[in-house]
Amino acid sequence: MQQQPSSELLRVEHLTKIFQIRHGFSTREFRAVDDASFTLTAAKPEIFTIAGESGSGKTTLARMVLGMEQPSSGILQYKGRNIADLSLGEKRAWFFKEVQPVFQDPFAAFSPLKKIDHYLYETVHNYKMAKKSETDDYVNEVLQQVGLTLAEVRGRYPNELSGGQAQRMAVARALLTHPSLIVADEPVSMLDASLRMSVVNMFRDLKEQQQVSILYITHDLATAYYFADRIAVMLRGWIVEEGPVEQVLGVPLHPYTQNLKESIPQADPDHAWSSEVDLAILDTDEYTRKGCRYAGRCPHVMDVCRHTEPPNVVAQGRTVKCFLYTEEHAADAAPVQSAVESSND
Amino acid sequence: MKVIRDLFRYSPSFRIGASILTVVLVLVVMSFFSPYAPDQRRAVPRNEPPSQEHILGTTSTGQDVFWMLTFGVRNTLIVAGIAVLIGRSIGVFLGMVSGYLGGKIDRVLSSIVDSFIVIPRLPLVILIASILRGQMTLFGLGILLGFLDWAYPSKRYRAQILSLREREFTHTGVFAGMNTFKIVSQEHLPFLIPFLLADVVSGFLFAIGFEVTLAVLGLSDLNAQSIGTMIYWGNYYQALLTNRIWVLAAPITASILIVVGFYLVSIGLSGYLDPRTRLARLQLKG
Amino acid sequence: MPTIVEVKDLKAYYHTHAYGVERTVKAVDGITLNIPEGQVYGIAGESGCGKSTLLKVLLGAHKPPLYIVDGTVRYLFDDAQIATLSLDQNTLRELRWKQVSYIPQGSMHVLNPVRRIEDIFHDFVAAHQQVTKAESTELTRTYLRELGLPEKVMAAYPHQLSGGMRQRVTIALATILSPKLIFADEPTTALDVIVQRGVIQILKEIKRREGSTFILITHDLGVHANLADHIAVLYAGKLVEEADTRTILKNPRHPYTKYLIQSLPRLDDRTTRISIPGRPPALDNPPDGCRFHPRCPLAIDKCRTVDPEMIAIQPGHRVACHVVTEAPEEVSHAATA
Repeated sequence: MQQQPSSELLRVEHLTKIFQIRHGFSTREFRAVDDASFTLTAAKPEIFTIAGESGSGKTTLARMVLGMEQPSSGILQYKGRNIADLSLGEKRAWFFKEVQPVFQDPFAAFSPLKKIDHYLYETVHNYKMAKKSETDDYVNEVLQQVGLTLAEVRGRYPNELSGGQAQRMAVARALLTHPSLIVADEPVSMLDASLRMSVVNMFRDLKEQQQVSILYITHDLATAYYFADRIAVMLRGWIVEEGPVEQVLGVPLHPYTQNLKESIPQADPDHAWSSEVDLAILDTDEYTRKGCRYAGRCPHVMDVCRHTEPPNVVAQGRTVKCFLYTEEHAADAAPVQSAVESSND
Repeated sequence: MKVIRDLFRYSPSFRIGASILTVVLVLVVMSFFSPYAPDQRRAVPRNEPPSQEHILGTTSTGQDVFWMLTFGVRNTLIVAGIAVLIGRSIGVFLGMVSGYLGGKIDRVLSSIVDSFIVIPRLPLVILIASILRGQMTLFGLGILLGFLDWAYPSKRYRAQILSLREREFTHTGVFAGMNTFKIVSQEHLPFLIPFLLADVVSGFLFAIGFEVTLAVLGLSDLNAQSIGTMIYWGNYYQALLTNRIWVLAAPITASILIVVGFYLVSIGLSGYLDPRTRLARLQLKG
Repeated sequence: MPTIVEVKDLKAYYHTHAYGVERTVKAVDGITLNIPEGQVYGIAGESGCGKSTLLKVLLGAHKPPLYIVDGTVRYLFDDAQIATLSLDQNTLRELRWKQVSYIPQGSMHVLNPVRRIEDIFHDFVAAHQQVTKAESTELTRTYLRELGLPEKVMAAYPHQLSGGMRQRVTIALATILSPKLIFADEPTTALDVIVQRGVIQILKEIKRREGSTFILITHDLGVHANLADHIAVLYAGKLVEEADTRTILKNPRHPYTKYLIQSLPRLDDRTTRISIPGRPPALDNPPDGCRFHPRCPLAIDKCRTVDPEMIAIQPGHRVACHVVTEAPEEVSHAATA
């Protein structure tokens, strides 16, 4: 097996996942993830956000990275090895130690009939992370990294904990194997707004202190802006904009990113929305549209957008999948930027 | 034990059911102290109605109905127990394997299961019993019934596992390094238990019903004492026509009581173990 | 502004009794508020604060194990004053949808999957007034157009529409008979950001056209900021602060409200946000005195024993906090940033 140089933690290249949907007697192809590409470096830990609304493909992408879903085509490599080629045994021996998930609903992640520390002990035991006599100490140490102690959670059932505590437990369980990558799928969206911050802060600390990279899947741009390093914005299976978070969310280039950013409700009456938004009527329209998938809603749509797939263009320090930023159409890019500036007021 | 005490206090169905089954159990235990051997005939005066000496009367073959009943209950329960044990073990195992592993294994196993379901059981059992007439022991009957009653339950267990497999805590288990066996037994089985209990009851019903049916048709081991054979011999000696109801009433009432007892206990237990009420109870603590 | 819903000293508890364990959850424990007509009144609070229970009681939809222990709820319509809590089922049903409407959470699943949208609307309208199919279709078409929904949806089946569109159609359905009072329970939760904006837009449009009174219940202060005129903050079954939106968001006085607002991320600020330490109390065993005192940085002795009342520190701005009402100087000195 060819070993790639492992300067890359995660390499995603032209990754595509096609689902076959049956409609009566015919089947239709549904591209949940279409030609996605990005890389996570192994040199230093980073927090990479995949942001998108429902139907964007972000969860499918996360599942493929976790090995829970097989890609249809493209390259998906973790530390130089193809994830899709690993057998279950190989996964258990190596991959699951390196890559761990945190799911959205902390109460669904644990069986309500089992004490929550059972999962912690299982993880330690199955991956041989500590000797029998040292297990408790080890578990306690990891729990402290997420702000809990063994005394607090020992012998408790999941429903006895709050949402924030349960989610921290889920993260602690993931940390027990000393993973290099945590894939967190909407980890705070089911928590109350005030609890979210503490969990998000915890993730940030984990990256710095435990040197763990985090693939953070979310639809909440505000938290993404708050703690992520880089971001990829997904729309209907495409990555439409990707780059450092301060650039992409600070001055979004892709019209969809702009729309997303504007639509975030701010808890500030001075930042209320001024303009109205136009919603898509039928989901399927956008998936099967030829050309750019945002063409139906884009305020800057041009003829070319309607029948040709836009290329990935590098502009202003990030990658954008939009004709507006290609050389031929650079002239049209100017009005877009001024629109962005005025929306930031 | 606190569980049993809680159940006794708060679940009327469990209380009644458990009481009935306790009586049944007492009968079974008493069978070991019977003054008469089970196949001993003409041990007592024949055809006597219930009296102080013979609480449930005597039969035409000179046997005390009460003591026969204790043997009958014991043996019927043993037969049913064997049947349920074998049947449910196969059903649970195949259902869980099929449901969790999915894919080709599931398809192959499901076709086997489906073929078994279609088999008409009563005619088949009658056929086998007639062929083996004379060599059929109660024990053998138990095994036979066990091998006939696993198919439909296994489908239901499979369905349960299919839904449990998609639950997120299954994924947590996978990432916690648990192998398939551990996941299925530790994570999924607790959810199946209330279901299993109800299923065990229906298994008992099936086995008892078949045992009695076969015996009444004369296809069982007629020298052994079971509820069914008691009914058979009662009929043989024209108990109904000669107004000696007690000979039939005893085994029939006993079988009804056993079934009702099991049923009530299972309702009480499932209510207690049902994950939803269990959660409510767990919440009361914390 | 006239009051349209009047709530006085409302107490609603859950009594459960299972396997020998008795438990009382004081979900709503002494709430008094007046909802002004024609405005959007927002009720903000996190999970476990009692807002869903409050909603059930305000709708008169409470049933055992939820019991009204004390207090009254009254609807004050022009032509009638209705003591909501003592209504029988039939009167309640008549009230519902015509005068009082309710938009449930996750309402996108509420539409009948085997009926077209126009038929669903017809079924609904015809149940409340005499109309022919043609009349109801026309009514529906006009209403949808007014709300900015495309006419195409009428001929569609629910599953053909996107989640956001279904949610808006459900909102249209709930409001087509111009009810006076509309309760919206977390109307934007679990929706995508852009869809959320569309839902809020449609609610604003309805308010503008019909002048209905909205009672908006959500934990999302961003939604309140864009939609609500007044906000009441709920914590552990009690009101802690109530004022108009701008005051609550820009000048909150109660420590909990302050923390809540400060802990929200903003799109122009990457500095570390602090979060409130601890967790909300379990409602079956709330702390004595002020329910927030275990987590409050300003707690004084009195807070541990005496439950604070809602006192108006300014017209239209009520706070339930001993420190704020009695020692305002301490508040300005305390570091809560």
